[in-house]
Amino acid sequence: MATELKRTELIFKEDMDCPALMKHVMKMGKDAYLQELLDSGLKGRGGAGFPTGLKWKLVKEQESEIKYVICNADEGEPGTFKDREILDRSTDKVIYGMALAAYIVGAKEGFIYLRGEYKFLATKLKLAIDRMEAQLRLLGVHFHLDLRFGSGAYICGEETSLLRSMEGHRGEPTNKPPYPVQSGYLGQPTVVNNVETFVNTIIIADIGSKEYIKLGTKASQGSKLFSVSGDCCKEGIFELELGLTVQQFVDEFGDGDTKAVQVGGASGFCVPRKEFPNTIIGYEGVPTGGSMKVFNSSRSMYNILENYLIFFEEESCGQCTPCRVGTQQLLHGIQAVKRKEKPKTYLDELLKLAHTMKYASKCGLGRSVGNAFTSIIGNFREEIVY
Amino acid sequence: MSNSEEFISQLVAKYGKKRESLMPILQDVVDSFYYLNEERMVAIAKALDISTADVYGTASFYSFLNTTERGKYAIRVCQTIICDMKRKEDIIDAITELIGIKPGQTSHDGKFTLEYTNCLGWCHKGPAMLINDEVYTELTPENVKDILLSYMKK
Repeated sequence: MATELKRTELIFKEDMDCPALMKHVMKMGKDAYLQELLDSGLKGRGGAGFPTGLKWKLVKEQESEIKYVICNADEGEPGTFKDREILDRSTDKVIYGMALAAYIVGAKEGFIYLRGEYKFLATKLKLAIDRMEAQLRLLGVHFHLDLRFGSGAYICGEETSLLRSMEGHRGEPTNKPPYPVQSGYLGQPTVVNNVETFVNTIIIADIGSKEYIKLGTKASQGSKLFSVSGDCCKEGIFELELGLTVQQFVDEFGDGDTKAVQVGGASGFCVPRKEFPNTIIGYEGVPTGGSMKVFNSSRSMYNILENYLIFFEEESCGQCTPCRVGTQQLLHGIQAVKRKEKPKTYLDELLKLAHTMKYASKCGLGRSVGNAFTSIIGNFREEIVY
Repeated sequence: MSNSEEFISQLVAKYGKKRESLMPILQDVVDSFYYLNEERMVAIAKALDISTADVYGTASFYSFLNTTERGKYAIRVCQTIICDMKRKEDIIDAITELIGIKPGQTSHDGKFTLEYTNCLGWCHKGPAMLINDEVYTELTPENVKDILLSYMKK
């Protein structure tokens, strides 16, 4: 018996008075709000899941005159489109979330790094920013927010790569440490958070951590926006509590013939039908930045995997060998097996390569190529071979 | 001073003579001149006091900063999985039929360049494409022709 999905309506809630919430936080004090944020258990909504309160605390503790707050709006994970919708419909919550961060950590300047594909949002964002800056001045807060644009590079969603791009360089990731909290934009302590994360910080200012933790599960608190697409009875953006199973999800969104769900985009995991009931969507199961792609039995898993590998091969920044060569070899490898130029057992070699990439690649891109690769080969091997 | 040199010096005045200004400058040059040629990259390098190789190296990293000739309108059709499942190839075929260019090509009049691009973030309304900064979703071979006809008249 399927249990009902727990829906919420916080991120797109319309009657939230952001200037008033800013005032509320100022009255409450920086440390008290930071404690709320820590208590809320909020984890970054971009996919990596770093605790937001801790990130802000680390930047706050840095002794530096200059600090920055950056909103990562370089939403490029295949199948993810919720940040676009948030920027469009909940603009104020995003920019006031950034203002909150600036106030807490002591930053005077911030940037939204908006992917070039979403440039159509720029005019709306600029107007909202002007309004916000004027409102903040009335509260005695000086925070200047500006827009920067991406130019069609998926890797720039990785935070160190984003910073390099903002600094006027090729968007190649840098080694961590140092982390952006210590040495970020132009070498200064920097908060980099996802669009949805900033909105959650405003929600927490509104309802408090006690209410917030009632949503979701212990490891995955709060609600989450899901970008749902593919062979569905309904596609679009849905706000759901974390901790649901893939089965619950498929019961609600599938077309009745669901073969597999790709959770977390091209860099996420492919969950086959037999594992739907016992796979939890959240940090205790399959984590996701919100991308949920549904495939029915008419789809070839080979085509899906090949499409992902073409994506990664194009988007790998080329800096480190495991990722640059690995993505090419995985792609050419499955094509060769399909054409019968390589034996079926060659897939085992490729699985080893995917494993190596996971450990030897410099950043999250190369490290996560193996997620889709291993889970698709593992569950649908015959479709890759025949 | 050539047209583009003049334009670039204005951009440097606007954004400041610093490395962080490189991306906004490259983006504005592409917006106005559609692509970066050698002359423009040399001028940017000179204005920012960095090497031309560095400017080219940076520009060529980004798929939207074309360093070879590009038409006035860049048509970028999403090729990622959901748009692929929703028959993006039919959209490409319709475009090719109408303006006679395949992905990677520019029309003879210099008006259009057709390219594939990766996920545009409109999966639920695929197939999707961009023409410069404009987004078009829920494409069909029929409506994509109407869209292109409106650009052909421009």
